[in-house]
Amino acid sequence: MKIIISNSSPLPIYEQIKQQVKAAILSGELKENEPLPSLRELAKDLKISVLTTMRAYNELEQEGFVTSIQGKGYYVMPRGSQLMQEQFLREVERALEEAVKAAAMANISGEQLMEMLKLLLEVE
Amino acid sequence: MSNVVLDVRAVSKNYGSFALRDVSFSIPKGYIMGLIGPNGAGKTTLIHLILNLLRRDSGEIQVFGLDNIADDSAIKQQVGVVFDSVPYVEDWKVKDVGKAMSLFYDGWNQSRFLELAEKFHLDMGKKVKELSRGMQTKLMLACALAHEAKLLILDEPTSGMDPVARDELMDMLRQYIADGEKSVLFSTHITSDLERAADFITYIRNGQLFFTGPTDEFLDEWRLLKGGRNDLTNELREKIVGLREHHAGFDGLVKAKNFPVPPDGCVLDQASIEDIMLYTAKEAMPS
Repeated sequence: MKIIISNSSPLPIYEQIKQQVKAAILSGELKENEPLPSLRELAKDLKISVLTTMRAYNELEQEGFVTSIQGKGYYVMPRGSQLMQEQFLREVERALEEAVKAAAMANISGEQLMEMLKLLLEVE
Repeated sequence: MSNVVLDVRAVSKNYGSFALRDVSFSIPKGYIMGLIGPNGAGKTTLIHLILNLLRRDSGEIQVFGLDNIADDSAIKQQVGVVFDSVPYVEDWKVKDVGKAMSLFYDGWNQSRFLELAEKFHLDMGKKVKELSRGMQTKLMLACALAHEAKLLILDEPTSGMDPVARDELMDMLRQYIADGEKSVLFSTHITSDLERAADFITYIRNGQLFFTGPTDEFLDEWRLLKGGRNDLTNELREKIVGLREHHAGFDGLVKAKNFPVPPDGCVLDQASIEDIMLYTAKEAMPS
């Protein structure tokens, strides 16, 4: 997994790590039950402090993306887990909202929109 | 042994002209702590007290859960020290230093020493006085690491080092604590070394503790406030530490919690460790 820390980013370092891990989980690059890079190894590799990395991982755990196993490390939560599901649900809602807004702007009716969605689902 | 590697509790030392007063902090196992403060703040005095090179007037210091005076020799076996100047005989060759250390430390690992010397490009045949500043520091570090120390105490190791050597040293320290079993106390003026590497910061000013805790918390506590001359109200003035007024405006340090948003016309910036030291060094602190 790729993690890039930018010095010019307005986001604190732990937030940058969080976002990139989340993106990797949501994109499927990090699969369920897959281990995250070791906390201390990651700190060493990124030249940041252990506490900073720990904060990122702890918050990811609190938000339900990963789980920690004592003495072993952090693992990606199974997708079926409720919190992860909610994250995806929100993702879908956001994308649909975008579609509805774009449709309104283009004068596309609700019926037409439903047709498009149906077509998309059939293709899938 | 608990998870606290070094525990300094209410330690005081009075020299007459200078006094270290009631300093407390502790380092958990597996982390790097930066010790910062202006010249003469008491950093070296504190390190000497921890190493039992100076006698404290009051307070308690425990290393690995042992009293640093009563169990001095047991502790020294497991502590590695890097000072800002070499404590070895100047005319000794690098290999002689290794030999001398092997007599002193039970846990001396000669092959580890040779391995580190090679990694650091230390010439076994060179005399201590012929080594550059950076090389002398590396020699001390090699000695510290070759006796399997669990705690490294470094006093201004990076002063006199070029950026490449400093980066190498910081990498080595991160590597050193990577297994979670070892810890580092690191005093320095060059606070940029600490910004990312140090998990904890202890800041001493005028012989007193100013802050000790996670580096993130230290940085989150303060902001730099900048504005024009007309923006500086009396009410604002009271909340600014180290206020600097100039023709084009003013700047100073403020507590982040007092300023969720910048006052009209002003800018709030993140403060670096160096900013916080510079502005707070100037004056007595309100709470």
